[in-house]
Amino acid sequence: MYQTTYHRASSVDEAASLFGKSSEAKFLAGGQTLLPVMKQRLASPSDVIDLGKIKELQGVELSGDTLTIKAATIYYDIMTNADVKKAIPAIAHLTSVLGDPAVRHRGTIGGSIANNDPAADFPAALLALGATVKTNKRSIAADDFFKGLFTTALEDGEIITAVSFPVPAKAGYEKMRHPASRFALTGVFVAQTKSGEVRVAATGASQNGVMRVPAIEAALKANWSPSAIDGVTISANGLLADIHGSAEYRANLVKVMAQRAVKAAG
Amino acid sequence: MGVEGIGARVVRKEDKRFITGKGRYVDDIKLVGMTHAHFVRSPHAHAKVKGIDSSAALKMPGVIAVLTGQQIVDDKVGNLICGWAITSKDGSPMKMGAWPAMAPETVRFVGQAVAVVIAESKNLARDAAEAVVVNYEELPAVADVQAAIKSGAPQLHPEAPGNQVYDWVIGDEGATDAAFAKAANVVKLDVTNNRLAPNAMEPRAAIADYDAAEEHFTLYTTSQNPHVARLVLSAFYNIAPEHKLRVIAPDVGGGFGSKIFIYPEEMVALWASKKVGRPVKWTGDRTEAFLTDAHGRDHVTHAEMAFDASNKIIGLKVKTYANFGAYMSLFSSSVPTYLYATLLSGQYNIPAIHAEVVGVYTNTTPVDAYRGAGRPEASYLIERLMETAARQLKVDPAQLRRTNFITQFPHQTPVIMAYDTGDFNASLDAAMKAIDYTGFAGRKAKAKADGKLRGIGVSCYIEACGIAPSKAVGSLGAGVGLWESAEVRVNPVGTIEILTGSHSHGQGHETTFCQLVAERLGVPISQVSIVHGDTDKVQFGMGTYGSRSAAVGLTAILKAMEKMESKAKKIAAHALEASEADIVIENGEFKVTGTDKAIALPMVALAAYTAHNLPDGMEPGLKESAFYDPTNFTFPAGTYICELEVDPGTGKTSFVNFVAADDFGRLINPMIVEGQVHGGLVQGIGQALLEHAIYDANGQPVTASFMDYAMPRADDVPSFNLSHTTTLCPGNPLGIKGCGEAGAIGASAAVINAITDAIGKNNLEMPATPDRVWRTIHAA
Amino acid sequence: MSTVKLTVNGKAVAVEVEDRTLLVQLLREHLNLTGTHVGCDTSQCGACVVHMDGRAVKSCTMLAGQADGASITTIEGIAKGDELHPMQAAFRDNHGLQCGYCTPGMIMSAIDIVHRHGGQLDEATVRAELEGNICRCTGYHNIVKAVLDAAGRMKVSQAAE
Repeated sequence: MYQTTYHRASSVDEAASLFGKSSEAKFLAGGQTLLPVMKQRLASPSDVIDLGKIKELQGVELSGDTLTIKAATIYYDIMTNADVKKAIPAIAHLTSVLGDPAVRHRGTIGGSIANNDPAADFPAALLALGATVKTNKRSIAADDFFKGLFTTALEDGEIITAVSFPVPAKAGYEKMRHPASRFALTGVFVAQTKSGEVRVAATGASQNGVMRVPAIEAALKANWSPSAIDGVTISANGLLADIHGSAEYRANLVKVMAQRAVKAAG
Repeated sequence: MGVEGIGARVVRKEDKRFITGKGRYVDDIKLVGMTHAHFVRSPHAHAKVKGIDSSAALKMPGVIAVLTGQQIVDDKVGNLICGWAITSKDGSPMKMGAWPAMAPETVRFVGQAVAVVIAESKNLARDAAEAVVVNYEELPAVADVQAAIKSGAPQLHPEAPGNQVYDWVIGDEGATDAAFAKAANVVKLDVTNNRLAPNAMEPRAAIADYDAAEEHFTLYTTSQNPHVARLVLSAFYNIAPEHKLRVIAPDVGGGFGSKIFIYPEEMVALWASKKVGRPVKWTGDRTEAFLTDAHGRDHVTHAEMAFDASNKIIGLKVKTYANFGAYMSLFSSSVPTYLYATLLSGQYNIPAIHAEVVGVYTNTTPVDAYRGAGRPEASYLIERLMETAARQLKVDPAQLRRTNFITQFPHQTPVIMAYDTGDFNASLDAAMKAIDYTGFAGRKAKAKADGKLRGIGVSCYIEACGIAPSKAVGSLGAGVGLWESAEVRVNPVGTIEILTGSHSHGQGHETTFCQLVAERLGVPISQVSIVHGDTDKVQFGMGTYGSRSAAVGLTAILKAMEKMESKAKKIAAHALEASEADIVIENGEFKVTGTDKAIALPMVALAAYTAHNLPDGMEPGLKESAFYDPTNFTFPAGTYICELEVDPGTGKTSFVNFVAADDFGRLINPMIVEGQVHGGLVQGIGQALLEHAIYDANGQPVTASFMDYAMPRADDVPSFNLSHTTTLCPGNPLGIKGCGEAGAIGASAAVINAITDAIGKNNLEMPATPDRVWRTIHAA
Repeated sequence: MSTVKLTVNGKAVAVEVEDRTLLVQLLREHLNLTGTHVGCDTSQCGACVVHMDGRAVKSCTMLAGQADGASITTIEGIAKGDELHPMQAAFRDNHGLQCGYCTPGMIMSAIDIVHRHGGQLDEATVRAELEGNICRCTGYHNIVKAVLDAAGRMKVSQAAE
């Protein structure tokens, strides 16, 4: 990696101030996304500002029908959290199949969404559940947050502080792992809100990053069951293709993973 | 069998240092004044090097030198060699393009080094390497073997028109054509044997240390064969005379063939250490491993097998295109010829075989021996053909194999090899019983009811190991003999040191070799040490590859032991005033048989070294050496059967059961043998399901890290059910055949045969990724 | 350059390093704890796994600075003198290693697995939990056996304490 200067922030305000003083800073939480990129010399931030130890960014809160996960909460603490398991077990499941055990001890929900990496898992949960991203400046609806491949609504220096999820009636997540990297080759999160709305989001599939899947949403709205999706056709247009999965294969996975997620959701 | 003798499941002596973090690998070593090398590598698959500007790099902090390919040529460091000469069918020698350690004029694969930066730290060397400006003129490139042989394809080497290294044949073409002319059935198959990256977990590394006063080099390197490295570095690369070059291979973190070869990085480190007057260390990262470690396999083959009306094979025709990459690596030429086509008879009685192998240059990383080396390609081809034939002829695949098994030994195949012994029915029987072959139909039906496609696949492999009889390989073009050496030193207090030319990179020699000593002398293995991996300590030896260390290396130790024991018995007889013929060795004592007279080994050793009372004319000391040259290859063989399920929704394969019945001859340590089989099986399964080193049409590598190249992980593979059927190898006194490569040779065909059985379609290439399987299921 | 203060295998240390130094570099190059290995650079292979404050982490994917104030345990720090950790003993007794290169990371990950799952381990769980550790030699068969064996031994040794 290139030379850089490391800072550990003790508060969100301090982190924002450090950012303002640096020429090209990057925020670091668990580092499980940023550090591999820096090691490959594909990123050369002048400064890295560590958010991982900021107390106000840690923890999970369940308040009524809202589950809030603070941005620097690590995956392992999410997957084992009693409130998460009670309120949205699909999130506990998603976190338990995200990365590997050592990555789950470092990676954070904030880091999982901050890049809109097309193979990250959490963006699917945010989009399907209609979550809200809280930053040090504002609240952003998930629908407005993910702006396409590796692009989000975050402004320069804006810090994600938490994600709030409305507790759904039903939700499920299933994914096919990429055989090499073990990221999501394609993962689908299905949710039925307490008001009866159905939202389905797929990660790893689209060239534009995480996407809603309206055809499956419509089918499930009519009939919440795996078989309701049998007749749905997913177009391969605009889907990612690589040596491990053609666009046609990913289109198939969107459908098959959705069926399995519905089954898991009950 | 004693508790630590031959056949005992002794836990490994070497483990304590590995499990406590005290292993000593090359990168763990620090020398005083050590500098660090980082290579400037070509981003292009094919380009002219028009100029290199190091001026900016030389001004960077900590930079000591920037050295280029032209300088290494100017200093007359030799080009890399290929040590096995192959002759084409027209009688011409193979066509070798020159391969300098760093490219002065032309780069021919992505990752080929053009310069090296020597700096005070690894990070600083890498920082500066980015500041070296190389002016390239890109040339058209070709990566695919079939594209490379087309007219008009980009040409790699002026020495090799049409990118052809050789066009080599084996077998009797006339007899084979005659067999096909009278065939009742002909089975045809096209197969690709996918290119693999060996990926030993320890990346290659080297530390070179030049002592100007003594004009002497020391090289610490990740090598399976340090003496071969010294020989080649000295005799061909002009680094230093052999007595001025010490090569040390300390603990080596896996090799699988990839650490046989002497690579440019070691050569450059040695040369650079003299240039800068300080030790130079290079440790590769994983991407450099993908770019520069010799790859394996990469064959495209068309084969036809002729059967008579009773389903007996009467002929086999094979044509293979082998991708060698951009240059001929050290033993690459032998892999698709004498290590491949000579095994095309498989376990079967095939009266006529003809094979043609065309070796081809492409703008890719050089290809050489990787676990199995040619034999997996042969076994995969034959076992896919047998499965295809069974389906076409509508007979049970196990029965078709049985119908054609060789049952009389010795058996001369039409492709050089003379199988010495075996019992192919026994291993097939054992595997079928272990997997409950007859109950499969019921299990398949039950799986179908659960929405899963279940399949079973058989693979009956044979390999030629114990590499190799020197005279035989010499007559086939090998540039070296493939014997092994040993020295047994009994110290004056009776402890024992075994010096061996074999070199462990995970095989457990420090335990198994001691077990032979324990077996013969009845001493605990704690009194025995194995010394290996250092050319200053150990006599010349050939190293570890080709499943040879037990069959060849241990036999050399046995020969040296016999000499030592013979002398020790004379000393004991003299001391005990008995006849030498009456002396037996038991529990570390030399006894006069039938009496209670005995003298312990330490006393015999002490007598040998004090020399106060030796038999008249006997030299003092108790140290003997031996060189053992095998008389034939050994022929491990066996049957693997796997049962698996395919998820039709995703195309994903899950194992239900995997059984292996191997015949390795005598086992020294069954625990270690099983471990070798487990590891080999997973490499074979990896080839079948996951692994593929891919280049795009322009020669850019697509799989240059574990993010893209799928390595088998614990949840990709099953636990295994292993058993052994034993016929002792008649070719060596211990009856050993070797076990290091079998799993990698036999497993892949079992997996593909099972998947194609499950999905009911025969054509499926490796790796059978979920995407590929899903598309095959749903193809019209 | 920054000074990183941390506890490694029970000993407090302060090390002056470039800010870009990875935790694994600090351990290997500055503290000469070479038991922790580097096998892939992309956070896949797990040869570099150590424990930070009791949890398995990949030391190649952490800046040394991130470990400031933390307690790190490496493969060199798990035996009690000459008495092997039960996981080390189980790897030896079950032939769970060959070349030894992945072994330190495997053992550190395996201890973490047993800590998190206690006696609730079966083969499928162990295989799933070893996802982040690649071994090229053993085919995992004996590693899985070793972890299951050690889980039993660790239960016994915990009960005895």
